[in-house]
Amino acid sequence: MKTLRDVTVGETVKVVKLHGEGAVKRRIMDMGITKGVEVYVRKLAPLGDPVEVNVRNYELSLRKADAEMIEVE
Amino acid sequence: MDKQLRIALAGNPNSGKTTLFNKLTGSNQFVGNWPGVTVEKKEGRLIVDKEVILTDLPGIYSLSPYTLEEVVARNYLIEEKPDAILNIVDATNLERNLYLTTQLTELGIPVVIALNMMDLVKKAGDSINVKELSRQLGCQIVEISALKGEGVTEAAKAAIEAAKHGKTIPQHSFSGPVEHALAHIEEVTVHNLPEEQQRWYAIKIFERDEKVLEQLKVPADVRAHIENDITAAEKELDDDAESIITNERYVYIGQMLKGIYKKKGKGQLSVSDKIDKIVTNRILALPIFALIMFLVYALSMGASITDGGISIGTFLTDWANDVLGGAWLTDGSRAILEGWNVAPWLVGLISDGIFAGVGAVLGFVPQMLVLFLMLCLLEDCGYMARIAFIMDRIFRKFGLSGKSFIPMLVGTGCGVPGVMATRTIENERDRRMTIMTTTFIPCGAKMPIIGLIAGALFGGSTWVATSAYFIGIAAIVISGIMLKKTKMFAGDPAPFVMELPAYHLPAWGNVLRGTWERGWSFIKRAGTVIVVSSIVIWFLTSFGSVNGQFGMVDDLYEDDSVVTDEYVAQVAERMGIPEDEVEPMDDSILARVAQPVSIVFKPLGFGDWKPTAATVTGLVAKEEVVANFGIMYAYDDQNGEEELEENGDQIWGRVAEDFNAFSGGHGRLAAYSFMIFNLLCAPCFAAIGAIKREMNSRKWTWFAIAYQCGFAWVTAFIVWQLGRIFVGGMNVIGLILALVMLALIGWQLFKPYKEAQKLTVQ
Repeated sequence: MKTLRDVTVGETVKVVKLHGEGAVKRRIMDMGITKGVEVYVRKLAPLGDPVEVNVRNYELSLRKADAEMIEVE
Repeated sequence: MDKQLRIALAGNPNSGKTTLFNKLTGSNQFVGNWPGVTVEKKEGRLIVDKEVILTDLPGIYSLSPYTLEEVVARNYLIEEKPDAILNIVDATNLERNLYLTTQLTELGIPVVIALNMMDLVKKAGDSINVKELSRQLGCQIVEISALKGEGVTEAAKAAIEAAKHGKTIPQHSFSGPVEHALAHIEEVTVHNLPEEQQRWYAIKIFERDEKVLEQLKVPADVRAHIENDITAAEKELDDDAESIITNERYVYIGQMLKGIYKKKGKGQLSVSDKIDKIVTNRILALPIFALIMFLVYALSMGASITDGGISIGTFLTDWANDVLGGAWLTDGSRAILEGWNVAPWLVGLISDGIFAGVGAVLGFVPQMLVLFLMLCLLEDCGYMARIAFIMDRIFRKFGLSGKSFIPMLVGTGCGVPGVMATRTIENERDRRMTIMTTTFIPCGAKMPIIGLIAGALFGGSTWVATSAYFIGIAAIVISGIMLKKTKMFAGDPAPFVMELPAYHLPAWGNVLRGTWERGWSFIKRAGTVIVVSSIVIWFLTSFGSVNGQFGMVDDLYEDDSVVTDEYVAQVAERMGIPEDEVEPMDDSILARVAQPVSIVFKPLGFGDWKPTAATVTGLVAKEEVVANFGIMYAYDDQNGEEELEENGDQIWGRVAEDFNAFSGGHGRLAAYSFMIFNLLCAPCFAAIGAIKREMNSRKWTWFAIAYQCGFAWVTAFIVWQLGRIFVGGMNVIGLILALVMLALIGWQLFKPYKEAQKLTVQ
């Protein structure tokens, strides 16, 4: 299973499914990362975590641990 | 007269909500907090109609039950039922902004959309069919530019009109299985609720929203019944209920926008993207961050422009302390009052108690205003979010936010603005944790204490000061890790899924207003705490009972019939000092109280009344600690001797002698333990006032102070007890206790930790 965590910087991927539950998952979805949406991985923070992605035409940052919940293709 | 109309202003963070609120209400604003939480609440009267109250809801992305801001906002909308919602929508970020709109339209409250930043959309060559969007959403849309003030009045008028006559019916529907379940839920659970709110409640029940289920007290059998419907829908759509709803909202918006939003340019880098490419670049980000932090610090708290630095804040604060506070308020008021032949005790109270206290508050104001100005700038232009992005990795390990860096940096100058700088941290748990730990960092006023100890007992060694910073940082790290595992902090989840807003030029109106609001709230609230406590401390040091007579000790000591030689001998014996060193202060209430209280510090190695009294007066201001040592070690600057140095170098010899005497020859260890306690214990009253203001809760304020004092005590205890293994005079019971405390800390540090999923808000 490929997750958003594994995506290299500069790649665009499509979200397949969100795993996990509760507050973090809801928050990720509220911010627009839902099934079928395209996510462009823009960069890593200078210390290697979190990541910055472009989704629905705006910039979003999330931790790698949370990015792991997002299955992509 | 009509009933007073109330309109709620709702929208995403960074959508221009604050700008719009300021434009709509002008100076008719009242700033406070939502009850019981640290979230700020703003209300104001509309300029176009003073009878209408506009409530600025916290900036939110959704009405989920997981973040404090969202819970505050939805509770207000459901319970207070404002007459209309003015929903500000950022046209450059339509999809995510409309996601909130779809939820707002379900509440049964008329919604008017203020479509902001349309000018930017047009500039980019894109187009939005506003008429069609309005039809599809079922609510009126007014195009505005909050920054330029265009369309703002029209939006307000439309909202008033909607509040009087409007009705918004949600136009979007969910998929078949969901609607089927919703119909069932409406039928069995929410039919006795107000009709217009039924749909919202039904959707929340479908999502298994715990807060709503609790509130409605749905009976178990009914719940089981609905549960069947929900699971059926979940099975059919192969997802959990919450995700289904979220998903379908976004799908609906995507479908709707297909014909409405026409994008021309694609893939072009905006100015903001170009800036961000440099500013959060992997290599450049940290140096740029360091430079910005240096500027923030140097301009506000650093060396004054008169001392070769660049700080305007320090320059003005020095002036306020020396001239305004010292000369005009304290000395000036004394001269005037004495001129009026006011009773000496009253002169003392007003000049030394109240005005010295007020002066202390005023002294901070310039530094704080400069600092807040810069923080508001960083926030408004979009850099603050990047700070969290850059620093998150380090700080989240100890339960803090990446934004906690700023309060701590500022705290090295002064804890008061440090605590107030926590306001930029959105997450309440991170904020509280930062408020509690910021003052562990040695502030400027603690430097003289370090200087005194280093000079008196360690030959001026620089490692004392260095170690003080290490202890401060270690205290933050250890406290962060320990506290985040406690019940008090376990309740709130802290998802770090954060928007990085586009950079833009700061809106000066917002920045200046934000700066002033923070400055004023400090003057008002912290001011009262400081004034009252200054009066109390002044009373405790000035009054006492001398040879059976109660009064001002300075006056009583003038009277030889009261202070007989015999009495002086008694005092000297009680205090354990030579007769010629007896001072009026030795009879003050503070000295009398400090004597028995000093038992508390016995296990820390400095259970003597002098360090005890110095510690207590340190609550007024940490500079007072050294000044009080001066008084207690009978340094007399009246008799031709020069004024006591800031680090008290004239009394080093006496301090060293005394510490060695009462600690059984372990003066160094005792002094170090004393220093640790004073660095970590409760900060000065000004900072406590700031903590109270920012915590917005008596319970949390007391908890913070108790924790700081407790942590300081335990740390000093461990240092003193373990230290004596090496310097001699080991106490077996003390050693065992110290080891037990260490073990408990270690256990709390290393026990496993699980992030909470549920938000606990009353």
